[in-house]
Amino acid sequence: MASSQPVKPPLAGQPAQAQRGSQAGLKYPSSGKTIYNRPLNRSRTQELSQASFAYLFGEMVSYAQKRVTGIQDLEKRLNVQGHPIGLKLLDLLLYREPTRSQTRPLNIIALLQFITTALWRHLFSRPADALEKSSNPETPDEYMISDNEPLVNQYISVPKEMNQLNCAAFVAGIVEGVCDGAGFPARVTAHSVGKGEEGELWPGKTVFLVKFQPEVVEREAYLGKS
Amino acid sequence: MSAAKAARQGEEIWKTKIDKVNAELVTLTYGTIVAQLCKDYESDYVEVNKQLDKMGYNIGLRLIEDYLAKSGTMRRCANFKETAEMIAKVGFKIFLNISPTISNWTTDSKQFSLIFDENPLADFVELPDDGRAQEELWFSNIFCGVLRGALEMVQMQVEAHFTSDVLRGQESTEMRVTLIRYIDDEMPVDDE
Repeated sequence: MASSQPVKPPLAGQPAQAQRGSQAGLKYPSSGKTIYNRPLNRSRTQELSQASFAYLFGEMVSYAQKRVTGIQDLEKRLNVQGHPIGLKLLDLLLYREPTRSQTRPLNIIALLQFITTALWRHLFSRPADALEKSSNPETPDEYMISDNEPLVNQYISVPKEMNQLNCAAFVAGIVEGVCDGAGFPARVTAHSVGKGEEGELWPGKTVFLVKFQPEVVEREAYLGKS
Repeated sequence: MSAAKAARQGEEIWKTKIDKVNAELVTLTYGTIVAQLCKDYESDYVEVNKQLDKMGYNIGLRLIEDYLAKSGTMRRCANFKETAEMIAKVGFKIFLNISPTISNWTTDSKQFSLIFDENPLADFVELPDDGRAQEELWFSNIFCGVLRGALEMVQMQVEAHFTSDVLRGQESTEMRVTLIRYIDDEMPVDDE
């Protein structure tokens, strides 16, 4: 995660020096405890405590909060931090699909279904609660993914004066990363739709608004005709 | 409490009392936190270590209550050795489902090492190949802060730092924990 550039392992017998020019290259323990020796599926079904996630996410949000000027800025920052995770999960989750369904999604619906089922199940152990297309003829490029109770917000309480804030912007960033990585560039934002009323069934309900770039919709229309 | 009993207790709590999430969600979230710090501090890894320690400290201050509630041990550890066992076999177990090995006690029983065979925070991780990260960055430094913060809340001032990390190309991942002193209950100054 920390490295932004994918780095290839040095080939056996070939000094790392030669591969990377002037750089010294990374050192690896002789015990073979490296990411290249570790099966990619090992942590697929492993679990950690939800508390550990909540602590980390809480620190992430409060750290981000110190470095921003407003709510939008804060959401943008959380989004940016989720983005690389989406890019990586797209490949990782496709790799883990059974061979027959290992293909990358080729149209918007397949992509969104992948997100609401495979991605959601992996991260939150259940599918998303709804997927809808915007019924507004003005915005055919918009889709909505609903989550009645986002796991990431479970231990986040938003102060009243910041009620516009939805920390699931982090998840929106992950979704955006998946869309971008799949070749369907989009902007994804998280919106609270719970009204804060007494006795509401899903007070934390969040809608992720996926707005695809115009070229994506154009391509889709063109492909649909043939 | 004996080591074996602590291990059983940790296992039992993990199985019955802990809400769980997918491990990779946690791993990837931690990864993106460290990556963001490296970006914000322009790869000043010494500063990144400090920030991670600070975040951990904040977590530790709150985590201790969670630990006490879940472990149900409202009893003080008899000595620092027992504290070490509880950290390794119950604390790490119920939050991260790992039990680092305790070793290298000093003769005065004030300093020990935790050896991490498994480290869920570091799955999928390779440090940047910039010639410096492997010398300067302690990727999992947040652990040090967590221990410092949590133990401070139960009247123990400790110092913790990593001495080696497989991510740096070293053979093991080891953290050194030192008890500095037991903090006496102090009366607040001038409190009426």
